[in-house]
Amino acid sequence: MSARARLAAPLVVTAAFAAFPLLVTGFYLEFTTKVMILAIFALSLELLVGATGLVSLGHAAYFGIAAYATLLLSPQYTAANFFWLLPATMVCAAIYALAVGALSLRTKGVYFIMVTLAFAQMAYYVFHDTPLGGGTDGIYLNVKPAVAIAGWTIVDLGNPRTYYYVVFGCLVLVFAFLAILLESRFGRALAGIKSNEQRMRAAGFPTFWYKLAAFTLAGALAGLSGFLVAVKDGFVNPEMLSWHESGAVLLMLILGGMGRLSGAVLGAFAFALLQLFFQWEVVFGNFAQHWQLLLGGTIIASVAFMPQGLIGLPAQLRAWRSRRAARARDA
Amino acid sequence: MPERRDVLLRARGVSRRFGGLTAVSDVSLDLAEGEIHAVIGTNGAGKSTLINVLAGEIAITSGSVELLGADVTTWSQPKRARAGLGRSYQRTTIFPRFTVFENCRMTAQARWPVPWNWWTAAGNCPMSNAAAAEALEKTGLAGLESRIAGALSHGEKRQLEIAMCLATHPKVLLLDEPLAGMGPEETERMLGLLAGLKAGRAVLLVEHDMDAVFRVSDRITVMVNGSVIASGAPPAVRADPEVQTAYLGEVHVD
Repeated sequence: MSARARLAAPLVVTAAFAAFPLLVTGFYLEFTTKVMILAIFALSLELLVGATGLVSLGHAAYFGIAAYATLLLSPQYTAANFFWLLPATMVCAAIYALAVGALSLRTKGVYFIMVTLAFAQMAYYVFHDTPLGGGTDGIYLNVKPAVAIAGWTIVDLGNPRTYYYVVFGCLVLVFAFLAILLESRFGRALAGIKSNEQRMRAAGFPTFWYKLAAFTLAGALAGLSGFLVAVKDGFVNPEMLSWHESGAVLLMLILGGMGRLSGAVLGAFAFALLQLFFQWEVVFGNFAQHWQLLLGGTIIASVAFMPQGLIGLPAQLRAWRSRRAARARDA
Repeated sequence: MPERRDVLLRARGVSRRFGGLTAVSDVSLDLAEGEIHAVIGTNGAGKSTLINVLAGEIAITSGSVELLGADVTTWSQPKRARAGLGRSYQRTTIFPRFTVFENCRMTAQARWPVPWNWWTAAGNCPMSNAAAAEALEKTGLAGLESRIAGALSHGEKRQLEIAMCLATHPKVLLLDEPLAGMGPEETERMLGLLAGLKAGRAVLLVEHDMDAVFRVSDRITVMVNGSVIASGAPPAVRADPEVQTAYLGEVHVD
């Protein structure tokens, strides 16, 4: 890819997303908003899995806790102020991530996966089985938070088009933040830890604290996506914290390709679009109710044939073509 | 007996037990500035365990370790490393997907204060760039900066392993078999490199290649079953009858 193309591609994609609400309304606008929130969620996990090499299978906990916090912290009949509610919910998610990270980061590999899963299930049952979260029925948000300074409302979050732009802005900010972070000394230290933690410790990095910082930050960013989804839907239930949700976001990364931020965003879109496609009764008839089977099969196939995910596909094709050309020369 | 130079690392009565096995038993040694101090012994003599205990990678069972005058016995490995203790591994621990230069810069960054600054790119840290460039220069890797580390030859990887240590500006270097798996040419290059490392530093060298050890070392300690059986200048150690029977083989009388 030429330098110009590398610069042009993100600009074209950003412009297309910015123009999208001018062309569509209704279901597709809302769908795209939802997927952009999932992309933020996937990006937060990418910080752990792709950048630091920590595979967490409990990432939905931070997403769900922030979503619940959004509703539980909102006053019942008046609007909460967006500018304190958003940070407060992210802090809730970050605090739980800090506690889970402090305990789980002492383990490695499959043990780490299991411990993060266990802590997520713990949070799940807190909301599932106690009156705090309204049990399996979940709870509803009566009044959406107001984006207001000194009583003056800046934007109305109830307007789908406005909300699309709020979410889009968050996605761009999170993406840019992580892109800068990963190039910083802190980000390079995470990359070193992923590549060879033993060497990083021998060089003098207290790797535990770096991993804990990354884990907490990932929790806070997952919290941002939880907040956005709670405000969008005005409703939360315990399924948001379930291990299906943790697994789904991990699958998005696998599908999109790990180790690159754009892979996480691409994965979120691919996952959501595949899900939508396999649920399409016009194409699949009655079999559409078994969409999970088709989605699972597609993901298995993608792991087998695209080990670097969608984002790695162009490079994979280039390598394949050059190998074939080399074979043709030799023959 | 000539006056010993500054002792940078002092180990006293260091022991490490794994259950019923005593891997390192009551080892005392001094690493002095400007000297290569080799530790030799058969497989399982406890040499690697000794390095791990000195580096703080595994906990000490009893004894004490002093680094540059400070008692570091209870310090974690990263803390010892930041205080000036560098180590290499028997198995190369480079970052294979990164360039040679990035490998060194990533370790060099451990020397500078905690980087909570997340908005400045790592490449803009002039101190670690300089440390990395200097380390590559010293280890003979200058010119290979932009190569991907995983694609280097075995010998170059071993050199890079040492460059990554040097980039953190260690005062004491613990080298675990730097010559392992090297051909004669690579060994020569590495020996030249090792000889240049001791200026201003103390070097502990664990190595199986006896010719190499006797050529570059200023002092040799011999371990058998976790204990030191002899320690001194190379000629004295070579002549020690206990060492000859235990390690170097029976004396041949021509």
